[in-house]
Amino acid sequence: MNSLGITHFLVLSSLLFSIGLVCALTRKNALSILIGIELILNAAGLNFVAFSRYGNFGIEGPVFTLFIIVLAAAEAVVALAMIFTLQKKYKTVDVDRTDSLRG
Amino acid sequence: MKELSYLWLIPFFPALGCFINAVTGRRLFNRYGELPSKIIALTASWLSFGVALTAFITLLKSPSGTLLYNKAWTWIQVGHLEANFAFAIDALSGMMVLIVTFVGSLIHIYATGYMKGDPGFWRFLCYLNGFLFAMLLLVLGDNLLLMFVGWEGVGVCSYLLIGFWYQELANARAGMKAFLVNRVGDFAFLIGFFILFWGLGGNWDHQGYQIQNVFSLTFRELPQLVAAASDKTLWGLPLLTWVALFFFLGATGKSAQIPLYVWLPDAMAGPTPVSALIHAATMVTAGVYMIARLNFIYIQSPLAMTVVACVGALTALFAATIGCTQHDIKKVLAYSTVSQLGFMFIGVGVGAFWAGTYHLLTHALFKACLFLGAGSVIMAMHHEQDMRKMGGLSRFMPRTRWTYFIACLAITGFPVASGFYSKDEILWQAFNSHALLIPGYLIWAVGFLAAGLTSFYMWRSYFLTFTGTYETHTDHSTNHHSSHHTPSLKDDEHQHTTQNNDVSSHNNNASSHQTASSLNHAHHSGQHATPHEQPLAITGVLIVLAILAVLVSFLGIPKLWTHHDPILKHYLAPVFAQAEHLPKLFGPHEGHGVEWLLMSLSVMWAGMGCALAWWMYRGRKNPFPAQLVARFPRLNKIIFNKYYIDEFYKATLVRAFMGISQFNNWFDKNVVDFVVLQFAAVIRFFAWIEGMIDKHIIDACVNFIAHLTDSLGKASQKLQNGQLSLYFASLIAGCICLALFLFYFMNIYP
Repeated sequence: MNSLGITHFLVLSSLLFSIGLVCALTRKNALSILIGIELILNAAGLNFVAFSRYGNFGIEGPVFTLFIIVLAAAEAVVALAMIFTLQKKYKTVDVDRTDSLRG
Repeated sequence: MKELSYLWLIPFFPALGCFINAVTGRRLFNRYGELPSKIIALTASWLSFGVALTAFITLLKSPSGTLLYNKAWTWIQVGHLEANFAFAIDALSGMMVLIVTFVGSLIHIYATGYMKGDPGFWRFLCYLNGFLFAMLLLVLGDNLLLMFVGWEGVGVCSYLLIGFWYQELANARAGMKAFLVNRVGDFAFLIGFFILFWGLGGNWDHQGYQIQNVFSLTFRELPQLVAAASDKTLWGLPLLTWVALFFFLGATGKSAQIPLYVWLPDAMAGPTPVSALIHAATMVTAGVYMIARLNFIYIQSPLAMTVVACVGALTALFAATIGCTQHDIKKVLAYSTVSQLGFMFIGVGVGAFWAGTYHLLTHALFKACLFLGAGSVIMAMHHEQDMRKMGGLSRFMPRTRWTYFIACLAITGFPVASGFYSKDEILWQAFNSHALLIPGYLIWAVGFLAAGLTSFYMWRSYFLTFTGTYETHTDHSTNHHSSHHTPSLKDDEHQHTTQNNDVSSHNNNASSHQTASSLNHAHHSGQHATPHEQPLAITGVLIVLAILAVLVSFLGIPKLWTHHDPILKHYLAPVFAQAEHLPKLFGPHEGHGVEWLLMSLSVMWAGMGCALAWWMYRGRKNPFPAQLVARFPRLNKIIFNKYYIDEFYKATLVRAFMGISQFNNWFDKNVVDFVVLQFAAVIRFFAWIEGMIDKHIIDACVNFIAHLTDSLGKASQKLQNGQLSLYFASLIAGCICLALFLFYFMNIYP
């Protein structure tokens, strides 16, 4: 078995990204969309760490990943609060039915 | 030149006092009465005097010709010109500072007595302090510009103080008149200033106007610059003559000489301390001071000196004749002031600068004493100023009487008091002068005549006021209650139009005084309005001034008696050094015999004036004056009405001015307005055209764009369908497109 290379990380990362993207695009439930976005973010983080490990780019990669994790946490807080509000106001979290901002 | 760091305190204290009184005076006055304003003002003025005295002593200790100098800050700095806010004391300004602060402080004390009970007490003291500040700036100013600031400042304070009782229209008008006439003079001063500036500062040559490198306005450096400019001419006359003449015209405004003297008699509408301080002792002498200060300009121009001396002599005589016919005691003193200022101008005009300055000093003392004595009399008479209604006051007011007597001796030129020495020196120098374009003895003759008249009218005022028996001009009814108020009412009817005052409050004062005095004096006269001696704040000041009026004689005892130069002449010599060294000014003097002769003549002449006054007015019994008036009614009327000069000015200058104004008004209305309206019509037409363009072209474009935007918006509105997934999909699509674009077209690899 070949030793672990950068390809493995990239494949995993693109898989994560695709799953997240599909999830975010196709689901109607706001919570599912949120989960999809988290996947995308983590895919990006994985990329950073992988390139940092194999590409001799120094410490920046892990630092960025840390930032992304923190950012994701903050984003989750805000998004969850929004979803709560959505639920309160429209009695649903289906994003197709909450379209009062349409033109 | 010696630096004296505390010199700025001299004008600073009065300024501070003025400021404090102005800001807090009313509140303090309402809460605590007169005491706080009094303390503030008196402290300020006396502190200023103290500093001035210290500086003066320092000056006396320094070698002759020293200049004490203190620069407060750099004031104006333009190109080569630097005018600093700086103070300087030399012999001349040292003397002036002492006069101003000392007499000023005495009059502050006097004013606290005189203005007692006036609702504007604090305001009055505030103005007095302000005046002191401005006058000190004038005197101490190191350069012409700063001097001009003071020059204007005293004008403002004079205006404020003349119109102090502004509820009375006549007073407000008198203040206005003083201010306007002064402005005429100040304008001339400014013109002289500009000519000097232009003449000293540069040259016209074929290349145009060139500013020179060396330029200054300080009195220290001006003499050399002026001497360098002595050959310049302007419109056919030497430049310096123009400068001197314009400066002199400014001086005639401030110092009440022909033709601008008309404001001073009217200025007597102000409270008496003001008349004494501003319109006798200090401000009106500013013109003399200025000419003495700029002596180096005047000695370059015989024409200007002749004009100064002639105008001085004519004013002296002219005002003296008017003084002989006036009934209002303050008016007599006012014309006397004008006349005495004329003497000073004779002095500086014939080149005897020190003598003119000496007369300034003696006049400040004895005229302040006379005015304050008159103020004391006026208070005792319950603000009656007509001498015909006085008489016999010597019994009631001994201190006032004796001080007035001494001051009269001084002004009329008896050798026991100071006026003789200064006036005689002036006349003697005039007699000897060869610097003028006319023979000096003409000036002397006119001055001599005026001196005799001075003696006559001053003793006339003395005899009319103090001798004879005191008569009340009220009908005595047995009913005390009603008679209390009659005198003041009657007096009001008799009053001259221009004199008084805050009538209501003073009448209240008067009646309360009358009540008190009627109780006090009931046993010896049975009259109601018996005059009484004034408190110490007033008489003490009188006594000090009278003593000084005698004492300063020793400063000017003539060379004829002691074979030494008079002390003051010696002391002032450095200031007038240039004038003394100009040989053409002082030709061969007449011998000692002539001097003795003239001196004794002048004493005799004064004695004759006195005797004539004594004969005509003593005891007010001689019917001769009345007969004389009856004999020459027209002459008397003309002189009494001041030769109708005021009317003449009104008929000519004021009317011409009004005519010009009215013409301008007409011109403005009919010509200028017409042109403006035509222009307006043309512009309106263009505006209409432009309006059309605006409406049909520009607006159309703008509307089209707006419309376009609107329809685009409507079309793109459909994209905003509120479906989150669509937004997200387009975001991703956009990202992919961007990535592809960068990848293929810009060759940027991720």
